[in-house]
Amino acid sequence: MQGMTQTGFRYLPLVLLALGWEAVARLNIIDSQALPPLTHIATAWVDLVRDGELVDNGASSLYRGSMGLLLAVVVGGSLGILMARWRLLDVFVNPLVELFYPLPKSALIPVTVLWLGFGDGSKILLIFLGCMIPVTIGAYNGARGSDQALVWSARSMGANRLRLLWDVVVPSALPELLNGIRTALALAFILLVSSELIVSQQGFGYLIGYLGSTGAYEGMYAVVLTVAFLGFAADRLYQLLMQWLLQWRE
Amino acid sequence: MVAAVAGIEGTASLSAAEADVTRDAARRLDVVFRGGAGVFSVLVLLIAWEVFARSGRVTAFMLPPFSAVAERIYSDAASGDLWINLGLTLYRAMAGFVIAAVGGIALGALMSRNRLIRWFFDPIISVGFPMPKIAFLPVIILWLGLYDVSKISIVVFDAIFPVVTATLAGIASVDKELIWSALNMGASEREVMWQIKLPAALPQILTGLQVALPISLIVAIIAEMVMGGYGLGGAMMSASRFADSRGVFAGIVEIAIVGYALIKAMAVLRRRLLVWHQETAEHG
Repeated sequence: MQGMTQTGFRYLPLVLLALGWEAVARLNIIDSQALPPLTHIATAWVDLVRDGELVDNGASSLYRGSMGLLLAVVVGGSLGILMARWRLLDVFVNPLVELFYPLPKSALIPVTVLWLGFGDGSKILLIFLGCMIPVTIGAYNGARGSDQALVWSARSMGANRLRLLWDVVVPSALPELLNGIRTALALAFILLVSSELIVSQQGFGYLIGYLGSTGAYEGMYAVVLTVAFLGFAADRLYQLLMQWLLQWRE
Repeated sequence: MVAAVAGIEGTASLSAAEADVTRDAARRLDVVFRGGAGVFSVLVLLIAWEVFARSGRVTAFMLPPFSAVAERIYSDAASGDLWINLGLTLYRAMAGFVIAAVGGIALGALMSRNRLIRWFFDPIISVGFPMPKIAFLPVIILWLGLYDVSKISIVVFDAIFPVVTATLAGIASVDKELIWSALNMGASEREVMWQIKLPAALPQILTGLQVALPISLIVAIIAEMVMGGYGLGGAMMSASRFADSRGVFAGIVEIAIVGYALIKAMAVLRRRLLVWHQETAEHG
């Protein structure tokens, strides 16, 4: 009970902020077009869910985001671990990783459109390319830090190279790899929403832009807040997953 | 006996120094080797790009040869377009970054000193940080229009979070004994903040700024792409609309160079500002 009051007290500012929003909008201090009351936004949200628009566009966004991220994790993770274990690959691929690491990933949006058009393909490619680098760097740093004594003892016990990678190197790279994926997760949301805002005929970003251009600002706010909440929830869920995966490290 | 011990210590430190010298030489050789390999990899990438683009396996629309893209960048630079776009993008990104840096450090410092401010902003920061704030771009456009103000505002909105959290964490981890002894010697709260807490937190604050800088650039470019007009992002988008693939690839190369230069500059700044810190001694 006390814990609940404490949590309530902690998050009270958010409630105050929402109440302040509602009051400012209701009292027409700011033009209610530009800032509709939260209650109206909630009604608009229910309407959007009911007529399926939010669900359909959300499904296509989630599909693009998860495919791109999955590819980035598989390819980026393997590349990072191989780079850490194989010096020649490290020496020649690392400069390329360093070259692409500072590239503002949003610059890839027009290129992926050029290659794959307006549909799912260009978004998946964009998220894959943008998210791969942080995963690679995480896996690389993690795998480089793996305890050499463990590697030697596994080898002396007759583990072959693949088993060695999977049983020794991957687990010890896990904390940093998981941190890299967390960065990638945040980046995936940014790239997804912005590419859909700029060029798309489907998805959350498209819906935001469409509702905004038709003057349906209550609906626009509803979708914006939905995306913001999903990004927040995804990060919190991922943190739980991380804790669970790293339990063995006491 | 004493002399013998001193002698042994002397040789020990001498051989340690020798070991240092060899390790230094090895490290320097490694740096040269890696640097050479780095230049080599980039060259291979550019040559592979050129050869692949000319091989006829892809159309010049899908991938124009690097030489054509370089030519395009050169003509943009000669006509002055490049400098206008570059200047505007840098202005928007850096103005947003500087506001986020100053505002973020100030807010973090205030939160660490005042419990009420901390209570109010803590949940906002922890809920707002993981949100994809770029989704609010249409809202900001609705409020502020399609001008620089809205582009800079979205950059600030996105870049301020890592600065605040880094400042808070940095100040929280400052050695308490340092603060107590300063207070004991009669330092005021303000002096403790400026002369002890902020300098001691500087490494973490700089890490926060190093996270915020690429965010500023990413967001500035997205804002330009959404709103159109001048700027590197806007130029890329209009090139893409007119199916001008050379223009698109020229944009990528230009943006990549800008991003690389900014991040390197930030790393140099970090080393300069932290000359006194052991971190620099270890790497230098």
